[in-house]
Amino acid sequence: MAARKSLRRWEWLHKWSSIICTAFMLLLCVTGLPLIFHEQIDDILHSQVKATDVPEGTPLANLDDVVAAVKAQKPDMVPHFLIWDRDDPNALMVSVGKTVNANPVNNKIVRVDAHTAEYLDAPDVTGRFTYIMLKLHTDMFAGLPGKLFLGFMGILFCVAIISGIVVYAPSMRKLKFGTYRSERKRVVRWLDVHNLAGIVLVMWTLVVGFTGVINTWADLVIKYWQFDQLAAMTAQYKDRPVVASPASINEAVKVAIKAEPDMRPSFVAFPGTLFSSKSHYAVFMRGDTPLTSRLLKPALIDAQAGTMTDSRDMPWYVSTLLLSQPLHFGDYGGLPLKIIWAILDVITIVLLVTGLYLWLRRRKSGVSLERSVASVPALEPQTP
Amino acid sequence: MSGRGVFPKHRTLGQIFAVPALIGVMSIVGLVAALVGDGMWDGLSWLMLLAPIVIYLACIYLPRRFRTR
Repeated sequence: MAARKSLRRWEWLHKWSSIICTAFMLLLCVTGLPLIFHEQIDDILHSQVKATDVPEGTPLANLDDVVAAVKAQKPDMVPHFLIWDRDDPNALMVSVGKTVNANPVNNKIVRVDAHTAEYLDAPDVTGRFTYIMLKLHTDMFAGLPGKLFLGFMGILFCVAIISGIVVYAPSMRKLKFGTYRSERKRVVRWLDVHNLAGIVLVMWTLVVGFTGVINTWADLVIKYWQFDQLAAMTAQYKDRPVVASPASINEAVKVAIKAEPDMRPSFVAFPGTLFSSKSHYAVFMRGDTPLTSRLLKPALIDAQAGTMTDSRDMPWYVSTLLLSQPLHFGDYGGLPLKIIWAILDVITIVLLVTGLYLWLRRRKSGVSLERSVASVPALEPQTP
Repeated sequence: MSGRGVFPKHRTLGQIFAVPALIGVMSIVGLVAALVGDGMWDGLSWLMLLAPIVIYLACIYLPRRFRTR
């Protein structure tokens, strides 16, 4: 029978894709849980210097003073990025590295008051609980290979979900949706839990799983964008050396805002860093709605002349990456959405654990669960 | 509904996937809504994404009203 054979294939696919990824998916679900609330956890565990509260309409500090404050505090470091804090409009963050082309992964963050341009603090985050969770979650402290490996596990997870939908059908032939046979043996109860959790979570796990996979490709996407678009935008500058004493960053941001008055700056990349050319400030502008605030449009400002060189919308592959971030993090709908994210994550853990149990149980007994439980209860006598 | 009789009838694919498809559509609406806007859109998103949680908990923890003995 062709249908029978094809079902066996799907069962095989579901079994093996799950077995390979389950341990890593458990790691991801467990470490991801605190990461949903990383701001709250950091707030509780670590004190940070608060920016001065100012009445609305207080003028912002000159950005050149902000950068000067950072340089005074970290004379042996070079600013890479100036970042507007999404959650705290009173503070600016400057990411500094050892040299201009040092890997930004090792950068330090210096916080500066957005109105007074006073230095606030430069916390070392590397020992933090949330940092350790983040590293375990993104690359298991193994850099890009670790990231890509977890991405591959994510792909297997998506395969397991899709094949899971297929094998769900035959096991539900004789059962109502949501059946939970609480009076039966654990193996039957857990099969019901596994089927139910899997099928109600299908969309959420697919979206969070696949956007997670996309996030693992971030480094490669950015490399490609540099090669593809950034290089094209700054082609006529490509033989120039890094600007020694760049013009005012405050003026550069003003030029960018003037070109896109409906947008606001998200961050500025200094000349010579990962996100800019050697002779430009790249001012990344963002929109105002939850959707457009995630999308960026870089304006390249000549760091010597202070004039606009080029500004282009990000290509589809960068926009896809940027949009996949909120959909993975669940940080775009307030605290209630985060709590929902956390509960869904816990149910995913239940899904993984029950799945693992069912596989171990089936291996021991050598009986195919789906068929035995769905047709005649071979594993136990039926209580009429 | 007579769920499990002595000779239970096979359910069609349509019957098996009716509720899951509905939950799937609600999830998508929920995931997208909070991206579109704030306020009401966030509320819609919470409501839609609560559905799978409520259904999951209800199926497992609510006592079955029609227990066939």
